[in-house]
Amino acid sequence: MTPADTLRFASRAALAYPVRTALMVLAMAIGVAAVVVLTALGDGARRYVVGQFASLGANLVIVLPGRNETGGVNAGSFVTSTPRDLTVADASALLRAPLVTRVAPLSLGNSEISVGGKLREVLVLGTTADYVDIRNYRVAAGQFLPREDLGRAAAVAVIGDTLRRELFGNEPAVGRMVRIGDHRLRLVGVMAPSGQGLGMNTDEIVIVPVATAQAMFNTNTLFRIMVEVRSREAIVPAQREMEKIMRARHEGELDVTLITQDAVLGTFDRILGALTLAVAGIAAISLAVAGILVMNVMLVAVTQRTGEIGLLKALGASGRHIRLAFLTEAALLSLAGAFVGFALGHLGAWGIRLTWPVLPAWPPQWAVIAALGTALTTGLLFGVMPARRAARLDPVQALMKR
Amino acid sequence: MAQIELSGIERIFRLGDSEVHALRDLSVSIEAGEYVAVMGPSGSGKSTLLNLLGLLDRPDAGHYRLEGRDVTTLSADEQAEVRRARIGFVFQSFHLVPRLTAAENIGLPLMLAGVAPPERAARVARALKDFGLETRAGHRPEELSGGQRQRVAIARATIMRPAMLLADEPTGNLDRATGQEVTALLEALNAGGTTLIVVTHDPSMGARARRQLLMEDGALRQDVRRPESATPATG
Ligand SMILES: Nc1ncnc2c1ncn2[C@@H]1O[C@H](COP(=O)(O)OP(=O)(O)OP(=O)(O)O)[C@@H](O)[C@H]1O
Ligand SMILES: [Mg+2]
Repeated sequence: MTPADTLRFASRAALAYPVRTALMVLAMAIGVAAVVVLTALGDGARRYVVGQFASLGANLVIVLPGRNETGGVNAGSFVTSTPRDLTVADASALLRAPLVTRVAPLSLGNSEISVGGKLREVLVLGTTADYVDIRNYRVAAGQFLPREDLGRAAAVAVIGDTLRRELFGNEPAVGRMVRIGDHRLRLVGVMAPSGQGLGMNTDEIVIVPVATAQAMFNTNTLFRIMVEVRSREAIVPAQREMEKIMRARHEGELDVTLITQDAVLGTFDRILGALTLAVAGIAAISLAVAGILVMNVMLVAVTQRTGEIGLLKALGASGRHIRLAFLTEAALLSLAGAFVGFALGHLGAWGIRLTWPVLPAWPPQWAVIAALGTALTTGLLFGVMPARRAARLDPVQALMKR
Repeated sequence: MAQIELSGIERIFRLGDSEVHALRDLSVSIEAGEYVAVMGPSGSGKSTLLNLLGLLDRPDAGHYRLEGRDVTTLSADEQAEVRRARIGFVFQSFHLVPRLTAAENIGLPLMLAGVAPPERAARVARALKDFGLETRAGHRPEELSGGQRQRVAIARATIMRPAMLLADEPTGNLDRATGQEVTALLEALNAGGTTLIVVTHDPSMGARARRQLLMEDGALRQDVRRPESATPATG
């Protein structure tokens, strides 16, 4: 029996029972589609988060107060339990590191903004002129905070686009006076709409000089310091420089945490990658279920066609002929299911992208290959047992069955 | 050397505690080209004998020599090869594959033997013509009459030009006229040199054979040969 004959014989056999074939193809298709859609979702989420962090800027280091110890304990962790605060002076000191180009201290607080009788809650961010460049933000009208001494509490503010619309409507905002808490500030600029962004969104915040914010909230600590270093390659040596400076300033103790985009990205990439893998595993279970279905359907097929198997044996078919015919049939059904599922999965991923345009829900290559491979392997694997049962049938007994 | 030599064949079916002696101490030899009718009451072991001759079943004891070769010791696949090349089966219930056309059913043994499609098509076309089925080539079994179905089955059984044809009540499912047609067809093939062994309940059909094996309770009771010259007028 030539391979072409085996293929033709098996496909005719599959087509002879359309309902059974359709059900089996559907089961396999659902399994494959599940893998494709779920991995598209997982990988889309991973790409979304990674993309968001990538927009932070590649040569950025974030300094947080407190030590997030991952590599064991050091002497300092026994001495103090509460870390020293980050101050504006720390930020100025970091700027002196040779590899550091810009520094933006950040101070955060909630307050109320009022203008012309309108009042609303706002998040107030205290920082410096460099912040806009570090984050690659754009100013739509007026200008950003003036470049001046970090200690100077100028009475100026920049507002986000949403705030501008709510408070001023179509009237110009730049030059107007607003009241934030107890302070009267002059608006010097309006931020361009920032669109979707991770973490802070500039659309609804008020940005003021860091000293102004600290006076407003009656504190001299910082939320964090954003540091831009010369280049991406300079991140590691710059980190060392900064650690040295901080240690010197904090009495020999390193009680701050430095976070780089690469480290954050790496972590998220790993977490979400693992998530995608887990989701793929769950989806693969549906493939295994499909495999068991394939086996049962093929076993039914063997029973249904017992007479035919007996006849083929009487005509001189060897065990191999019969095994191959049934295995080919199982493989064909799985393959058809895999392709239908592949198409369905892509359709589903397309639907997800249509519903949530921000999510780049494309199934990863490996998942597609794995799904198709698993479908085929499952079909073949679970097809072996029925095929062997068919090949082992006693011809006389088989011929007596009608 | 006879084409078929059976000696001391035993076939015992075990069902739980009970044993059925389907064939007991059966010895018989059949020459190439013979026309043999196997007769006897129901349950006497006729089908069992035919299955054994066709290598579909193995004896529990005794030897079967086919064309001088002991075939009882062959592996299942070797037996399949012998069946493919040397043996043709015709069944009472036709045993056609329902989803295949008449032509495809006839071509099955050629497909199993790996004969190339062009040659296969030519041989199937010739067989269709020989058996008067040209106009039915593309029809499926359910679209054929009983007689046509059995003709398709006989065409399939002979497409490999086997040395022997084994027919188990080939006319059992046919009306009298159609049965006679089919019998004539089988006899014509026998006249062409193919050994023909027919199991039948029909005494008139059995009487047409030149040799009759009468079975009873698994044993050969009578082996009757008619002299070559005394061919009945009905033949
Ligand atoms: N697979 C089997 N298992 C058990 N007993 C069997 C089996 N096959 C046949 N037999 C028994 O062997 C004996 C011979 O059966 P066989 O089919 O050869 O009879 P037969 O002469 O062909 O009968 P009929 O004319 O009714 O077809 C019977 O008693 C039958 O019950
Ligand atoms: Mg019988």
